[in-house]
Amino acid sequence: MMFITTLSLARDALARNKLRSVLTMLGVVIGVSAVVTMQSMGLGATAYIAEAISGLGSNMLIAVPGATHGMSSMAGVPLFTMADLEAIRQRAPAVDRLTPVHSRMLRVVAGTNNRITNVAGVSTEYFQIRNWGTSRGRLLLEQDERQAALSCVIGQTLAERLFPGLDPLRQEVRIRDLPCKVVGVLEAKGGSMFGADQDDILLMPYATFSRRISGNARVATLIASALTADSIDEAKEQLTKLLRERRRVPKGETDDFTVRDPRELQALMQGVTSVLTSLLAGVAAISLMVGGIGIMNIMLVSVTERTREIGVRLAVGARQVDIMLQFLVEAVLLSTAGGALGIVAGLAAARGIAAQLAVPFVVPVQAIPIAFGVSVLVGVLFGVFPARKAARLNPLSALRFE
Amino acid sequence: MASANEASAPIMSLRSVSRTYGEGPALVRALREVDLEIMSGELVAVTGPSGSGKSTAMSILGCLELPTSGDYLIEGVAVQKLSKNVLALLRNQRFGFVFQAFNLLQRTSALDNVALPLVYAGVGRSERRARARAALGRVGLADRALATPNQLSGGEQQRVAIARAIVNEPEILLADEPTGNLDSKKGEEIMSLLSQLNREQQITVVMVTHDPRCAAYAKRQVSFLDGRIATDERRV
Repeated sequence: MMFITTLSLARDALARNKLRSVLTMLGVVIGVSAVVTMQSMGLGATAYIAEAISGLGSNMLIAVPGATHGMSSMAGVPLFTMADLEAIRQRAPAVDRLTPVHSRMLRVVAGTNNRITNVAGVSTEYFQIRNWGTSRGRLLLEQDERQAALSCVIGQTLAERLFPGLDPLRQEVRIRDLPCKVVGVLEAKGGSMFGADQDDILLMPYATFSRRISGNARVATLIASALTADSIDEAKEQLTKLLRERRRVPKGETDDFTVRDPRELQALMQGVTSVLTSLLAGVAAISLMVGGIGIMNIMLVSVTERTREIGVRLAVGARQVDIMLQFLVEAVLLSTAGGALGIVAGLAAARGIAAQLAVPFVVPVQAIPIAFGVSVLVGVLFGVFPARKAARLNPLSALRFE
Repeated sequence: MASANEASAPIMSLRSVSRTYGEGPALVRALREVDLEIMSGELVAVTGPSGSGKSTAMSILGCLELPTSGDYLIEGVAVQKLSKNVLALLRNQRFGFVFQAFNLLQRTSALDNVALPLVYAGVGRSERRARARAALGRVGLADRALATPNQLSGGEQQRVAIARAIVNEPEILLADEPTGNLDSKKGEEIMSLLSQLNREQQITVVMVTHDPRCAAYAKRQVSFLDGRIATDERRV
């Protein structure tokens, strides 16, 4: 029997019981859509993390006081000093750029508008390390730092809140009672890896911050960049050694500060993502299994219902293999139709979720053919038994079956 | 294959054929060492009370079942030695079946029902349709090609079944009580159609029947009783 004929036979048989066919497919639809959705979400999350990491800046290292482990360690641990920065500049050759970051959450007022925002003092290198430019106006300059100038650049969010519909450039904002001129508006950077709005920020020269706001020359955070991606580990080592020395950490004691490499964070996040992905893969596998059993169940019912038909076909010359193929193709058609529906549903779901979470929507190009292949496999695997049962019917007893 | 006018050559022969069903105390001997020869071109009526073994004999003749012992030869070839695929091929090419219950596929047009054997003969779609139409024409149903079985009367359904039986030009037509579900007038029509096929196309017809009027169409009557042939009469 020709394959096209078999195919149209199977199609007609399924079309005769539309509701039943659709319900039978459901298990496979759910399984496949789960696979596609989770793959898309996983890839989307990875892309999102990669974007967030690159948004942080290139080859970046972050040093903060306090040990990596233990919550109480932050208290009583001294901050860094500008002298530490100077030492690093001179004695850590793998470190390319370096900036202090000292910040506080403060109320910023402009006219009748105000907002509590992240006010930070940074050096000019901050912008280079973080690959951050302005959309309007200029960045902070060496000159601002030297003069401890009362100028600042603000993030997009803050600009919109303080100056709705207005041009913030050359406007004055007040931080506590300190008047400060807006010289630039930063490019939008979006949310950080943890969802914080990176554009809700005001940056001023470190000198201004230390003299007028914090009142000391301490530094809460150091951000450094390595010369190249390959020298990140080296830079981290030099930084750690130097800071231990300067902070007089005795040999054998753990660091009273932490140097973080955002790539570690990326690895951590990806670990979390892959755990979630494999968890969902398990759910999908179970669903596909259940879907397959559903197909087998319905095919067995169908074989029983159509026993006389099988008898007639055998009587007019169908071979066992013809009957076998007929039912097998039916099962595979069910499962692949389910698979195709599942792919569409999965993509739609992933797209919806991605839009809700504001992460990029990625079409899982590799997962789609795999999901489709698996649904074909499910059809074959769970279709073989009923099909064999049909093919092995005795023609005479099949004809006489009531 | 013997041609139809060599009526002396047996096209089918049963030699000491027995067929049992079940085992032990439930053992049923449906056929007991039956010998039967059917010549090419014959029209044979098989009669007998129910349970006499006539339907079993028909199933064995039609290769739907194999004998438990003894030999069934089609043109001298022992059927037991053939593979299942060859048996399927025989059913497809050499035999046509007509059943008491018609056994048409429901929700399937008369045309597609008639074309069914051609599907398994590997005939292409357009040729299938043309030949099925021609076969429907031969049973006088050319205008009902697209009707489904539930739109057809019993007599029409049986004629569709006959068209299906002859569409692949078989040499042998096996009919198991073809008029059993029909009133006498429709039964007559079916019988005259079968005897016409036998006369004009030299198709060998073996038919099981309870009805003496149907049996009267046959020149040879074989009657079964208790799994054996009781009488085998030829009328001249």
